[in-house]
Formats: sequence, structure tokens, C-alpha cells
Amino acid sequence: MRTNHHTTDNNKRINPMRLTHLACAIALGLASHTALATTAYVSNEKDDSISVIDLGSLEVTATLDVGMRPRGLLLSSDNKLLYICASDSDRVQVMDLATRTIIKELPSGADPEQFALHPNDRWLYISNEDDALVTVVDTQSDEVLGQIDVGVEPEGMAVSPDGKWAVNTSETTNMLHWIDTTTQQLVDNTLVDQRPRHVEFDKNGKRLWASAEIGGTVSVIDVASRQIEKVLTFQIKGVHPDKVQPVGVKLSDDGKYAFVALGPANHVAVVDAKSYEVLDYLLVGRRVWHLAFTPDQKRLLTTNGVSGDVSVIDVDTLKVSKSIKVGRYPWGVVVTP
Amino acid sequence: MQRINPSLMLCAAVLCSLALPCLATPAADVLQVRIAYLGYTPASGPLLSNVIPEPSDAGRRGAELAISDSNSTGHFLKHSYQLDVAEHTDGASLLTAARELHAQGVRLFVVNAPASSLRQLSQALPDSLLLNAGSADDSLRQRQCLNNVLHTLPSRAMLADALAQFLAVRKWTRWLLISGSTEDDQAYASALKRAAKRFGHRIVAEKTWSFDNDQRRSAQAEMPLFTQTTEYDVVLVADERGDFGEYLPYNTWYPRPVAGTQGLTPTAWHKTVETFGAAQLQKRFEALAGRWMNDRDFAAWMAVRSIAAAVTKLRATEPQAIRNLALTAELPLDGFKGRKLSFRPWNGELRQPIPLVQPRALVSTSPQDGFLHPHNEMDSLGYDQAEVSCDLTRGGQGTPYSP
Repeated sequence: MRTNHHTTDNNKRINPMRLTHLACAIALGLASHTALATTAYVSNEKDDSISVIDLGSLEVTATLDVGMRPRGLLLSSDNKLLYICASDSDRVQVMDLATRTIIKELPSGADPEQFALHPNDRWLYISNEDDALVTVVDTQSDEVLGQIDVGVEPEGMAVSPDGKWAVNTSETTNMLHWIDTTTQQLVDNTLVDQRPRHVEFDKNGKRLWASAEIGGTVSVIDVASRQIEKVLTFQIKGVHPDKVQPVGVKLSDDGKYAFVALGPANHVAVVDAKSYEVLDYLLVGRRVWHLAFTPDQKRLLTTNGVSGDVSVIDVDTLKVSKSIKVGRYPWGVVVTP
Repeated sequence: MQRINPSLMLCAAVLCSLALPCLATPAADVLQVRIAYLGYTPASGPLLSNVIPEPSDAGRRGAELAISDSNSTGHFLKHSYQLDVAEHTDGASLLTAARELHAQGVRLFVVNAPASSLRQLSQALPDSLLLNAGSADDSLRQRQCLNNVLHTLPSRAMLADALAQFLAVRKWTRWLLISGSTEDDQAYASALKRAAKRFGHRIVAEKTWSFDNDQRRSAQAEMPLFTQTTEYDVVLVADERGDFGEYLPYNTWYPRPVAGTQGLTPTAWHKTVETFGAAQLQKRFEALAGRWMNDRDFAAWMAVRSIAAAVTKLRATEPQAIRNLALTAELPLDGFKGRKLSFRPWNGELRQPIPLVQPRALVSTSPQDGFLHPHNEMDSLGYDQAEVSCDLTRGGQGTPYSP
């Protein structure tokens, strides 16, 4: 946090006016941390920081120092804790959002990149990119519950809404690895296209969407059979197919839309989540990575790595309404109410 | 040196313990994929500026890493990759070793050897698939394509074009070209001249470094006078061995940058390449080899990974089938370079972005924005279809090499 809580007072006398000012500053400070509008948190991979965006004013209101190379972000179910993959610090940091301080660090294994929290709000599934492992950590006891061997460069992580499955993607092995959360064992693998980056369950947990960055596709997988049901491809006028590299995927709760971040194609695809038809491509910043809805799902935020900004998409009109400058190489994004 | 190490890199039985479904499967169900790495790097002769030697295992370590990367998918699919290594100090011994491996049933080869040696191997092993990870020779990609060879190391033409595009963007169009006297240096200089013509540069003067200068002066002291010519924007140097080129930067007559084999260098791979997941590949390589990954390592890694991608798709190891699939658009390859990579069907050369580096930084990556191409911008680097007299897709139409 880069706010200065201390006033310098060389003559050591207590100045009533100054005390009042200080009290006001603290009160305001607390208010801005807790009571105000919807807030987005964006990890800046090359700045070792988190940008805090007030979604009322659409402005960056604070920049918080965190561990090295922060990438994946997620929230506890009560939105009080922010989990941060500090990849080059080899740990997951836990930030208390009320005070915006790191309250503890979890034993994540080496190079944590993405993670997912089990619906029980305790088990954190972390992909360890350098070690071809998924580490399961109990966020309350800080114990490592297990480490599961997966393919090379594990990246995307998702836990099904019913908590039965944890699914990991491995970027060089090109597979989805299905982990049974009751036994913490790998039980099945689904081969997808080259360089799978991200997995996202739909709200009822029947389907899993998996993006493949180099393959240029998104596979929709039937969770019951773990078979690929549909492979989506993307064509944007004026953009070479090689630059269409799907990364982040977000599904709207009403089952209407899937949004797919297309990386260096600098567009987000809008997909009809029922017919799988691509409805539109929205131009955002350069190398769009990850996405997050606001709690009312009326807006979608994108992190744009190369241009160092966040684009705001209005979901009703499917228009990009604003871009907000953040730190260097913004990567992950989450939003609290 | 006689060294053939058949080393089973990762045992399928051990790997099976990781994935429950194959626990009960007998080993006979495992698809064995044998790939041989053939290495021969001729000695470069006495060099003036040879302070930092090239690693002697360049290439092989890349192939080794790719085998372990490929076994990661392999063990889930019951495919087991194995690397045989043969490294020799002359072409004849390498040929003998290759024949022995062929007799043992190996049909997939990664070759890190000069063009002459590659041609011999291609002829001697007509039913095998060879991936060239060692020769940047342009004729192999233009007039004398070898029907059973794919190339993962970029040609000199690709490197020169990548550099020339960047110099065009910077508008450094007046070149002083300095080349060494070896055949390789002359080939590199030819590629630069071709690139100059393609991208609108002008070579204002051309000199060959023969070191017949005043012997009372060191090379460093000689360079300012040696580069005193008509004014130029940039000095291009063709010195593949690293004999004199290192002495050019900061010693030119005009205060101008140096590019080519020294200074700003186009290369297939470098430590400073880190985006698009490259940081992870670099880390894996450094953990394996204890040094930085270079262009030869990358080419050998890419060669094994290309074979593995095809085997994963085909669920078979026939060299002809792998070759034919590789020459279609149906085999997108991941090279950590931000684009999906593929082989050019006309000459079997891997399309790939080319990083332009200086020793501690990535300066740029070509193709540069704005250099358009009707089909694929990466084809603005190197020999495009219309300039190539062979066509590998029309079975054997590549002009076979006749010595």
C-alpha cells in the first residue's frame, strides 16, 4: 500500500487539529476499503503489484505491492480474502481485503500459476508450472493435502460446482487432467488441441470449456462422459488465424454467453453458449489474457498484457466502453461486490 | 570418438503408475517411438575472438528435453519416446552410426550436422525421416530439397530477412557489408545481399576481412580504419565462426550499430526470449542442461516435438505418414514463439518468428508489423513458394541431390 499513514511532527507536541485530520484520514481510509462500490483487483505480472480499480469511477485507486510475478487471482466465497499466485516467489499469498495486507502465505509448491478453490472454501488446487504437479493445500490448516503428477506445464485449474472434479490443463502435454477430489487422484485425461490454457465449468457443472492457445480452439466437454462435444474455432476479419490464440473463458450465469479472450488477436469472442455460434468479436487491448464479470454480470473486465490496460465490456450492448491503464503486463482479474 | 547410447529415457512401466487407467496394461500395448540424434559439428579452426566457446552438447540437450516433454503426453496415451544418441567428429563415422541405428529399426532421425553430411544421410536412409537441426544451408531449401528431410533450424535466408525487415523499420538502409572468407561466411553474406534487395536496402560498400592488416595493430585497432568507407547507417557482418566480428561493435569509423552474426543477431532462440510461455521452456532446459538454451538446442527440441505432435495425432510412427502430415496445415506446432508453427509444404522448412537479440536483451522479433504476405506473414522470411524450384508435396519432386 502506498498511502502514508504517518505525519511527521518534529516538535513532539500534540496538535489537536492534526489529530482530527488523522482520525478523518483513517476513517475515510477504512471506508474506502470496505464500504464503497464494486472493486476489481488486477495482478501485474511484471510489476509485482495488484492494481485496485474502483468500478464506480473506473479509476485505479491504489496499487498494492505483492510477491514476485503475480499471476492467478481468486477470491474466498465471502469475498473477504484475495488469493494471489506469486509465481516467482513460489508461494500463494493471502490478502485480507479489509486491511489490504498479506495475512499469510500458503505452501504452494514451486511456480504457482493458476489455482481454483473447492466449493468447501478450504481446498485450494494449485498448478505448479515448473514441476508438472498440482498441489492441494488446505487454506485453513495450511497443510499440503496432496501433490498430483500431471503433464508438463500445468496451467488452467477449475473445480466443478458440485466439488467432485478438479480439472487441470497441461500446456505442453496438451491434456485435461481429471482429479477426483474425494481421493485426490488423477483418474482420467482428455486430449485437446495444442497448449490448453484455461478451463471453466458452466454453472450447472454439466459442461467444461477448455481453451487451446496454439490450437486456436475452444473445446466444450461433456463432464459426465469426459468426451469432447464440440470444438469451436474463430475467424476475425483482418486478423491472421495464427494470431487467434484463446486464453481466458468466462460463461455468463444465465447460460446465454461465453466470452473467450483471443490473446494477440486483441479481441474477445462472444459465443452463444447454447448453439455454440460465435456472435461477435469485440476489439480490446493488446494480448488479452483473462476475464472477470462484475457481480451483477452487467460488465466484463479483460486484462490486456501487452498494452498494460483493462478493457471494460458492457454485456447488454456488447460494446467496449472504457480502457483503464494499470501496471505492466496485467494478468489476472477478480471483482468484489 | 565412437558413442552410441541407446538410453531408454523414460520407462513406460514406471510412468504407468501415474495414470490409473493403464495400470493393468501390459507393456506390449505401448507404442514405442525411437528417435536417433545424430551430431557432427566440424571444428571451426583457429579463431581470433574465441573467448566464449559454444557448448559442445548444443543440440543434443534440446532433443533430450523434448523426449521427456513428449513422454509426458506419451505416458497418458501409452506412447513411449526413446532417444538414441550418436555424436561423431567426422561425417563418415556419423554415416556408419546412422546405418547401424537404421539396421536396429530406427527410422526417425534428428540431424545436427553440416549440409554435406545431411545430404549423405538423406541418400543413405531413403525410407527414414530426417529433421535438420544443424544446417542453415539455403540450397537445401531452394534448389536441392531432400525429399525425406524437414528443417527446424532456420535458413540463412530466413535469418537475413528477419534482420533486414527490422533494419527497414528503423530506416537503416545504407549498409556496409563485411564478410569473412570461409564458405559459410560467404553464404551468410549472400543471404544478406538477397535480403537487402528484397527489403529495399543499399550496400554502399562491401569488404572481406582477411586479416592482412598491419600486424603491429590489434584487430580492435584495425577496425576503425577498415570500416572507413562511404557513409553507412549500419555495419552488417558475416562471420559465422566468430573470428573477427566481435571486434566490430564500438570500433566502426562512423558511430553506427553492427548487426548480423555479431551485434544485433537474428537467431532461432536465445536466453532473452521469454514471452509466450518461453520462460517455462527456458527454465526446464536450464534445469536439465545447466546452461542457456541456444538455437541448436531449440531446433533439436522442435524436431523431436514435431515428431511427437505427429505421432500423437496419427497414433503411429511411420516416417512417411509423419512427413506427409507435417507438410499439411493439419499439424499446428507449439514453439513458444507466439504463433502456431508449421512446415512449408514446398520445401519442408519450419515457419517461425525470428528473435533479434543482443547479448542481454531481445531487441525485436520478425516478421515485423506491416510486412504483409498473401497467406502467412511468416512466409515473408526465407524462400517463399514462388522462389523455390522444389515441391515436396508432389512426391519426390524435390530435385534429388546428385553429387
